[in-house]
Amino acid sequence: MPTQIFPGRYESLEKIAVFIRSEAELLGLSHSEVFAVETAVDEAVSNIIEHAYKGEDVGEIKCTCTRTAEKLTIVLEDTGEPFDPAKIPIPDLNAPLKKRKDNGLGFFMMNQWMDEVRFEFCCGLNRLIMVKCKEKPIE
Amino acid sequence: MEITTAQYKHCDMVKVTGRIDSATAPKLAEALGKITDAGRFKIAIDLSGVQFLSSAGLRVLISTQKNCKRYNRGEVVLAAVPETIKSVFDLAGFTSIFKILPDVPSAVGSF
Repeated sequence: MPTQIFPGRYESLEKIAVFIRSEAELLGLSHSEVFAVETAVDEAVSNIIEHAYKGEDVGEIKCTCTRTAEKLTIVLEDTGEPFDPAKIPIPDLNAPLKKRKDNGLGFFMMNQWMDEVRFEFCCGLNRLIMVKCKEKPIE
Repeated sequence: MEITTAQYKHCDMVKVTGRIDSATAPKLAEALGKITDAGRFKIAIDLSGVQFLSSAGLRVLISTQKNCKRYNRGEVVLAAVPETIKSVFDLAGFTSIFKILPDVPSAVGSF
């Protein structure tokens, strides 16, 4: 169960991507699935820095990957402020340009591209669990 | 992420390579801001070398598009978009608000 701890700053995003990609590729996920996982984790880590820690270099982000034959589970842990995922607006993707809102896209992408996204908040620790299942080959 | 810019007769060309994420998106915003601050609002962005694009990059693109299209003074068009990046645009509903052209000459020629 590989675990790595990264400083909570945006420069860590590329290093986290390398770690996540290698785990996703070891599972045998397709190129587009690896890209989807990388995107979801990038959005999640950016959210932790911006909203939980409210800035860079405030705390660390612990990243753990678990692989089974069918799926990759990624757990991100931080000690920032917990937040209510229900308060994040769902973006209106059909809105005309003038009415497009900037926020909510990252969270939307996480939910669209991962098979499971779950938050746990306990004892000063925020835990985000994301699962990506391997696509079954067409028989 | 690397950015190169070139000013043509009818538009500005911006070529981006590498990752556009929360760490690098401000640099892209700055490069695009320099063009619009100079009063030029017709911009073609060559994305052929972009490996990754997060919502931070999408926010930069959308705010630049809003700025450029104001008063019908211009537009941002996107060129040579890799398949993975296209899937981000599809998911984010960007295909209705950006012209996506197959290559740089057609993007430049669209102005």
